Formats: sequence, C-alpha cells, structure tokens
Amino acid sequence: MNKDMNLRAIIETDLFYEALFNLIVATASELPGDVVDALKRAEDAEKESSVARLVLSRYLENLELARIKKAPLCQDTGIPLFFIRMQESLRRDIISAQINKALEEATRNQYLRPNAVDPITGRNSGINVGKGFPVLHFDYWDREYIEISLILKGGGSENVSCQYSLPYSELKAGRDLEGVRRVVLEAVKNAEGKGCPPGILGICIGGDRESGYLESKRQFLRTLNDTNPDPVLAALEKRILNDANSLWIGPQGLGGQSTLLGVKIGTLHRLPACYFVTISYMCWAFRRRSIKIGADGQYTIT
Amino acid sequence: MINLKTPITEEDILKVKAGDVVLLSGTGVTSRDMAHKYMVETLIEGKEPLSPEDQRIYEELKKTLKDGFVYHSGPIVRQQDNQWKFISSGPTTSIRTEIYQHKVIKAFGVRVVIGKGGMGSLTLDACKKYRAIYLHGIGGAGVLNAEAVVDIIDVFKKEEFGLPEAIWKIHLENFTGIVTMDAYGNSIHEMISEEVKKNFEKLLLSGGNNI
Repeated sequence: MNKDMNLRAIIETDLFYEALFNLIVATASELPGDVVDALKRAEDAEKESSVARLVLSRYLENLELARIKKAPLCQDTGIPLFFIRMQESLRRDIISAQINKALEEATRNQYLRPNAVDPITGRNSGINVGKGFPVLHFDYWDREYIEISLILKGGGSENVSCQYSLPYSELKAGRDLEGVRRVVLEAVKNAEGKGCPPGILGICIGGDRESGYLESKRQFLRTLNDTNPDPVLAALEKRILNDANSLWIGPQGLGGQSTLLGVKIGTLHRLPACYFVTISYMCWAFRRRSIKIGADGQYTIT
Repeated sequence: MINLKTPITEEDILKVKAGDVVLLSGTGVTSRDMAHKYMVETLIEGKEPLSPEDQRIYEELKKTLKDGFVYHSGPIVRQQDNQWKFISSGPTTSIRTEIYQHKVIKAFGVRVVIGKGGMGSLTLDACKKYRAIYLHGIGGAGVLNAEAVVDIIDVFKKEEFGLPEAIWKIHLENFTGIVTMDAYGNSIHEMISEEVKKNFEKLLLSGGNNI
C-alpha cells in the first residue's frame, strides 16, 4: 500500500489529516496506560470510604465512560501542545495547516471545546485555532517516520504553574537542590486543589524564563514509571514526590495522600546570574498520546 | 448521601454540613468568569438602563436562581435536531469568581454554588448570611458529570460569550458533590489549608543538603 509514497507526499494527504484527527480524538477521550495505572494505585492507597477514595473511584469511572462513548473525558480540553519529530526536509507549514484542519474538525464534532479566546475582545475563535494556538514544537531527526505527541493541557493546571528565581528568601531557598525542593513544594502547596490533583509536575532547573517553561513541559513526554537517567535528579524526583504526598492536599484538594502522581525534572544550562526553577503542573486528567506515521502511510497511536 | 432538590429552602440548607455527600437535582444555570462579571457589573450594579435583552435575561435569572444553583462549568455541547446536549461538563476552578459570588448569592437568592477548588471568605460569609452552601464537584470527570445534566432548557449570551462561557439553563438529576462550605461558616478548604501549611512547615525543617 502506498509504496510510491514518501513522507514528503504523505503529509499532504487526507490520510495524514485523518491520522491527526484520530490522534486528537484519542488524546481527548482516553488517558495513556501509565496514567490510568497510577490513578488505580492511588485509589488503592487511600482509606476505604474516605472522600479521597470516592473522588479517585469517580475519576476511574469517568475514564471508562469517556472511553466507551469516545467523549472528551474532561470538558476543558485545554491548549493543544504538539511536539513533532521529523526529517528536516519536511515542510512545517504543511504540517501546521493539517493540524489546524484536524483541530477545527475535532472541535466541530465536539471532541474538543472551542478554547481559543481573543484576550482583547473576549471572542472565541470557535475552532481552536488562533494566534499562537495551537502550540507547535518541531525537532528534527533522520528516521523514516514522523512522530507527533499531543498533550491537551487544561487551564486550571496552567494557572497554577509558576517560575521561581533563586535565591528565594521567603523560604530560605538557595541555589542548590534543597532550594529547588523548597520552592517546588511551595508551588504544590499554593496550587492546593486548584490544579485538579493528584497532579504531575514537569520541572526545569536552569535555562532562561522562556526555555525553562518549555523544558518543564517537555518533561510531560516522559512516562510516569520511567527513571531519570541522572541519579541525582532521580533522587530529587522521588524525594519531592514523597514530600508532596505528605502535604495532605489529596484528590481535588479535599484531603488525602494522593497529591501528586509523578515528578519529572530536567535541566538546562543557566546564566551565572540566573537560577530559575520552573514548575508546570499537569492535572490528573493527563492527556498525552503519540502517533508514529511511516512513509507507507501506516500509523499507530500509543 | 443527602438529596437536595430545587427549590431549596433555608431549612434544607441548614440540614447539610461540610463533609456531607449530596445528590443535587433541579434547575439552575452554568455561569463562569464572564457570566459572573456580567451578572454583577451589568445586571446587579449596572449604572446604565438595561437593554431589553439584558432585562429579559435578568428576569429569567431571578426566577431560575431563587432557591436554585449556579454551576461553575464551561461545557462541551452538541446540538442535534434543535436540542442541545452536554457531552462533557465538569466543574471549573471557582476562586476566579470570588469577587462576584457573594453579590450573586445575595441578589438572586442562590442556595447552592457548584464548583471546584473552593472559595474564599467573601463567599463563606455570604453562605452563612444568606443560607447557601458550596458544593464541590468531581473536577475533570467531564463525562460522568454530563450524565447528570438531563435537560438543557435555555441558553443566554451564547454568541457574545462563546459556548464555554455562555449561561446554560439546565436541569440536573442526582449530581454528586461534596459540601465543602456550609451555612454555619465551616470550610473544609480552610481546614485543609491549615493542615497543608503545617505539613509544609515541617517539610521545610526537614531540609538540609541531604539529597
């Protein structure tokens, strides 16, 4: 099938558009397996007949309903963040146009809520396309396929994401990993129930203000059960996860042990004068799915 | 579980306490950021005379919200054969309406505010003074919550505010929520915040360069 095709031709086809559409539908309606497993473990860990356990069981019930109905599991389908890995020779404008078309169609069919709002007029574009909307990140490689990851990030969790500049005297947080731990825990404390816990943190240590946010969001591409290859960061991730889960914020901020499902930390070189710690908060409805499309037009969604 | 059904009386409200799980049924409206700003700045406190359309909405809201509910939610909706349906709709973060909520409770006689994340002292005081409660829904559970929206009766400000921010007049059947702020001045959010703050202080003390 499509033996004469190559990636350059593929991205212009309806097949590519359909693949993107299916990726959007899958992302909105079904969580990845690692997140579902983490939610089940969290439910098991909470006490019988506690509010925390009730909330978690409702989350899981909702996931099942959304999967069966192929309906958006949360009404806030957020801002679509696309991470695209492809050969450098492929045209970004074509891919971008296909993504926009798929977003518009998915919105018309109620797989996405229209979420692109003009900040001055308050007008909703109605199609999830607008200035800087969706967000696309391109990386290049030489492989014979394109990989596209989509994260739908809701507004509630985006509102509680934040960036600290160390030293941060209020917490006696210096420019070291203990300082990082302090500010991250404060961010979790301040978010309380507002980011829809149990949440997942993507953290960047270093970078400038812009690259810090991007790297913190790139951390969401990691699976919850992976291990950070840097043992220092792996230890810090574990420590922050354990600490945060002793805060007693719990599911929906109503108390309980399940405050976070995961902590993922990356680093970027920093300026001598700057030491930023950037924390992106992801809600429990961690919608992250990926698609691989080969030159033969075959694709798989994971 | 406690069943509440609109019209909700003062007596009904005084029977529920923070921590109770409630099944709510009856009529009310969705209203989030833009709707709250509009209700307070245009309808309740507006200096200009209301346009006929605004006047019509005001009268509608007075009827619907008296002993009814406001639901902080921006749904995903579908229209089929001239009938709207909620596909996915859960509570959105409530604290953004904190500066408006107490005025809406007072002006309309709202009995139940549905949302997530809890609200502040202005709303808590209004709950006590005007006999209302805050009902915490299951945030993120859009499909499950949409199942409880059994009828969409009307919609206001759809073109101007957009679908998520429009005011949807809906009928709920057995919507599950947890009372986190009651009419006695109790707030589970205040209690949890206190506890979280204490735990946080402990975690700071446990620091050191031992990572």
